Amino acid sequence: MLYIPCPHCGLRNETEFHYGAEAGVAYPDPNALTDSDWAKYLHIRANPKGWLAERWVHFAGCGRWFNLWRNTVTHEIGPAYLPFTEQPKSPANGQEGLKA
Amino acid sequence: MNTNDTLAPGIIGRRRAAALPEQPPQLWKSVKPKKAYDIIIVGGGGHGLATAYYLAKNHGLTNIAVVEKGWLAGGNTARNTTIIRSNYLWDESAAIYEHSLKLWETLEEDLGYEMFFSQRGVLTLAHSVSDVRSKKRNLYANALNGIDSEWLTPEEVKKLVPIINISEDVRYPVHGATYQPRGGIAKHDWVAWGYAKAASDLGVDIIQGTEVTGFDIRNNKVQGVHTSQGTIAAGKVGMVAAGHSSVLANLAGFSVPIQSRPLQALVSPLLEQVLNTVVMSGAVHVYVSQAHKGELVMGAGTDAFNSYAQRGGFHVIEHQLAAALELFPIFSRAQVLRTWGGIVDVCPDASPIIGLTPVENLFINAGWGTGGFKATPGSGWVMAHTIATGTPHELNKPFALDRFVTGHLIDEHGAAGVAH
Repeated sequence: MLYIPCPHCGLRNETEFHYGAEAGVAYPDPNALTDSDWAKYLHIRANPKGWLAERWVHFAGCGRWFNLWRNTVTHEIGPAYLPFTEQPKSPANGQEGLKA
Repeated sequence: MNTNDTLAPGIIGRRRAAALPEQPPQLWKSVKPKKAYDIIIVGGGGHGLATAYYLAKNHGLTNIAVVEKGWLAGGNTARNTTIIRSNYLWDESAAIYEHSLKLWETLEEDLGYEMFFSQRGVLTLAHSVSDVRSKKRNLYANALNGIDSEWLTPEEVKKLVPIINISEDVRYPVHGATYQPRGGIAKHDWVAWGYAKAASDLGVDIIQGTEVTGFDIRNNKVQGVHTSQGTIAAGKVGMVAAGHSSVLANLAGFSVPIQSRPLQALVSPLLEQVLNTVVMSGAVHVYVSQAHKGELVMGAGTDAFNSYAQRGGFHVIEHQLAAALELFPIFSRAQVLRTWGGIVDVCPDASPIIGLTPVENLFINAGWGTGGFKATPGSGWVMAHTIATGTPHELNKPFALDRFVTGHLIDEHGAAGVAH
């Protein structure tokens, strides 16, 4: 069980949250897209081995979405931050794992 | 005693260890990688080994290496719950999984290797009116595709599985089930060993403990792989890496719509045989069978988040055990002996990707998610065809990577999403 720091409610059990995959994927301009750009927006999400900035929603608490750095190999939790705010630096500190 | 042979096998120090069993014979040759191969398969799990075997057997290509980062079948191949069936909803899936099931039916003879393949049937329970409707829809689709599948009433379910609780007085009562009699289980590590032995006998090199760290790609054409043992040249390369498919695709310069998630399973200690078929329930999130030795084998859904850690949260185990206990009250006496996790490669439509990549002569077989074991023979068969001929087999044409651009998704969340 992960303990996840909700920016609004503090440290809570993983079972209070739903997962939302990669954070910070901007909504594209649908009129300016090729089919393959649109497919990329719809279906491709980062899947790195290492630190990942991802979305969670605290459905059993405040009900709000936020972003979180988390390591997909060690399950270590990094800083949480609010959507549309500046993303904290990756805890990897330049020692990035394999990207995917 | 001859003191010169103290380092020989079977000798410990100066005392002959007479009680130790003989070392089993090696099933496949241990080799050092050659400088070049016609074909390199990245990933020594069931699907990769089956691909190598069918390349040799069906296409006469034997200058092949299977390169495995860890040990043979150390990933999902020996971490799954070994369920085999073909009763998928859509025609494309039914065709490839049924092809696979037909191969299973003669696999032990084909490979000359026992793997405890047991067609003990697979029950998929329905727990609500809408569940009954969707299961029956699946059943009719199966009938149209010539796949054996029948509807059982709760009483018929009880007759087949006497230990099941069909009381109406529970949270998720059993309202019936689909039953595929030809479904079943097999001993998963033996499946990998059988393929490895048969492929090795045909001349395939199996290279363990060697990680692929990059691809040698020139003019958008793959020329070989960089590994922890140096660069190995190759005419063609097949990526069959399950949970690490995104990582490999990224090394080759393209993206795949895959998320890697932990999927856990567990076994009980050895018990007397009480369950002679496979029981699955998507609604209560559990699937269970009893292995030949007697351990109950159980699995459920994936953990929620992306991970490469081969472990998950215990609350997922608790959830599936709660479901199992409601269905099988007798299991309250059993204990959990061991739990583990594998990293499954989940696609947006819960269907695999098998075919060409944006890089010439580089092929991909990935995205089997939570249900790849049952597809091992069929997956290897069509992947071998795709690599050997450079074009997809009829059966894997619909599973191309470009379906995510064309929109021709094969949505198997109903048949595949939770239960395997």
